[in-house]
Amino acid sequence: MTALRFRHVPVFAAALALGLASVAVDAKPKVKVGFIGPLTGGTSSNGIGGRNSADLAVRLRNADPKAKYEYELIVLDDECKPNIGVLAATKLGANKDVIAAATHYCSAVAITTVAVYHKFGLPIIVWGAVLPDITYGNDYKEVHRVNGTMINQNETAAKFMTGLGYKTWAIIHDTTDYGKGHNKYFSKFLIENGGKILGTFGVTSDQQDFSAELTKIKSLNPEVIYFGGLTPIGVRILAQMDKLGLKALLEGTSGIVSDTFLKGSGPLAEGVLAFREGAPTEKLPGGKFFLEQYNKQGYSDPPEAYGAFAFTAMSLILDTIEAVGPDRKKVRDALNNVRGANAADSITGKVDFDDHGQNTIAVITKYVAQDGKWTVWEDSEYAKGLRKLKGR
Amino acid sequence: MDVGLFAQYVMNGLMLGMMYALVAVGFTLFFGVLNVINFSHGDVLTVGAFTGLATYLGLSAIGVSWAPAQVVIVLLVATTCMAGLGAVIARYLVLPLKAAPALNTLLLTLMLGTVLREAVRLFYPLGANPQRFPPLLPTTAYSFGNFTLRVDSVMLLLAGLAVIVGIHLVINKTKLGLAIRAVAQDEETAKTMGINFTLIVLVTFAIGSGLAAFAGILHGLYYSEINFAMGLLLGVIGFSSAIVGGLGNIYGAIIGGFLFAALQTIGVLAMPFASAYKDVFAFGVIILIMAWRPTGLISEKISERV
Repeated sequence: MTALRFRHVPVFAAALALGLASVAVDAKPKVKVGFIGPLTGGTSSNGIGGRNSADLAVRLRNADPKAKYEYELIVLDDECKPNIGVLAATKLGANKDVIAAATHYCSAVAITTVAVYHKFGLPIIVWGAVLPDITYGNDYKEVHRVNGTMINQNETAAKFMTGLGYKTWAIIHDTTDYGKGHNKYFSKFLIENGGKILGTFGVTSDQQDFSAELTKIKSLNPEVIYFGGLTPIGVRILAQMDKLGLKALLEGTSGIVSDTFLKGSGPLAEGVLAFREGAPTEKLPGGKFFLEQYNKQGYSDPPEAYGAFAFTAMSLILDTIEAVGPDRKKVRDALNNVRGANAADSITGKVDFDDHGQNTIAVITKYVAQDGKWTVWEDSEYAKGLRKLKGR
Repeated sequence: MDVGLFAQYVMNGLMLGMMYALVAVGFTLFFGVLNVINFSHGDVLTVGAFTGLATYLGLSAIGVSWAPAQVVIVLLVATTCMAGLGAVIARYLVLPLKAAPALNTLLLTLMLGTVLREAVRLFYPLGANPQRFPPLLPTTAYSFGNFTLRVDSVMLLLAGLAVIVGIHLVINKTKLGLAIRAVAQDEETAKTMGINFTLIVLVTFAIGSGLAAFAGILHGLYYSEINFAMGLLLGVIGFSSAIVGGLGNIYGAIIGGFLFAALQTIGVLAMPFASAYKDVFAFGVIILIMAWRPTGLISEKISERV
């Protein structure tokens, strides 16, 4: 059945192209591309920023006289809910006019929709969700991702920390998939880079008292405590470390890079390190260009942290369609070929997909809490040697 | 294990136990006078802690910055407000359901707890986020090897101890305590002896809820952080402690509280690499104790048996 349906696609596409070409000689053929993100609900600011950024990529392309096609962006809302996301993905997948799409900010949504895209043969590029399994949990050729994952984050973290000369760690992680994933990848990369783990402690994500775990850690006397988890218990752990007189440095994950962590911890947060996928937009290779263009369009909302990735995802899709024509299978194969020597340049840096469609050149930013702000490491007084991290 | 480390574990356990005991005493007081289980108790603690924090912010806003005055006023306002809230809960929610099946009261207080918790989350500014509780006590720390003793922790422990001794004295040495014990033993007889039953119930709920507020402030000062969901697990642990100690017996509740804290600490020590299971371990042991002593370690002196 599927084979039969697909066999006719090129015929339709050719007929469509011919038909359009005969209507008007100078009008470009129209091609539809999709965008899915959370446009309503708690994470909507990120979704709207991503939507605007993808829209910007389409507008810039349509304004380019050299472009072969005229693009139309179909935007759908996944509300950051898996069930709504599946509906949106099905809608895009079933619409044969849609050639490819940039999809999802929320991991929980992306992990449930990848199978839908596979079923419909719709090539997609994830622009914001960070769960490794979205690309690594399957062999779907349709699924790609331009932003990094917690794997890249922890690789960077482990290399950076061992590079600073720290030798011994204790790990505290929450027992959700998020915390367990961080523990798994950080431990792996830390050992590869010569770090030593003295103890690993799983905690529940609503735990209040950490004095027993921290007292145990105190007796192990590590230089660094790695915390894989989210802000609420991060705040508690930091406060209780101080209570128990622990001298170790606290190193967190993307889960604590929030103003809430800084507000909740007050002066104790000073010198805490954390790592996050992506980067402040102005720090990206093409960030200045992107922000200039974005501001020119007069969108009422900012692009937010992942807007640049949505722009990259959409630009890559448009580049590919320009190169191989509006055909899902050809676009899929061409995207899978974006690797090694064929790696693409983008405003977020190189895009180099591995066998799972995961961009291996991921942007990870190192942060240090300085004077109540998350400061990019390279800009901080710690990097300049004006202040010292704990234990240095 | 060296002595310093052992001392640190004991200190942690004592602090934790103090908080559990204060919550457990509330449960046991309510059960004593009215044979009801008030599941909103943990959330009253949360509201108390947030009332304390709001009071502190208010004091800072009007320029009161002398820490001892702040502590006293924060404690007074929080305990008084929660005592009031406890009395209101008793008067308008628990007492009217006195003749209804116990299950109704239990459900009602469970739902009230959700209302209180969600109210904090929704109406306190940014209430869904953890809130920093100011260090109002001196934070000087003394280190003895692996043992770090902070002045504020010692003060909190002593304050908790003083409150527990105070409750003991009120219950055993005052007329009010006599009345509470009388109502707990036999409501009908107490009434015929001229004891104002409703008043005693209200006062008992006020005392228990005031204790919860005190525990909430203790929690805030000790952990430097409070959040809208803190009362949830504390309520469950306090309730379990009260049960395992013997519901209706104050000393049982205190023992239960410290026992639970000890079990959690032992859980981490005994299973250093499976510390996520410390609550499983602690609750597991509690279940075993309850199977062994269904009426608790110290059961009510005179139980109503039919």
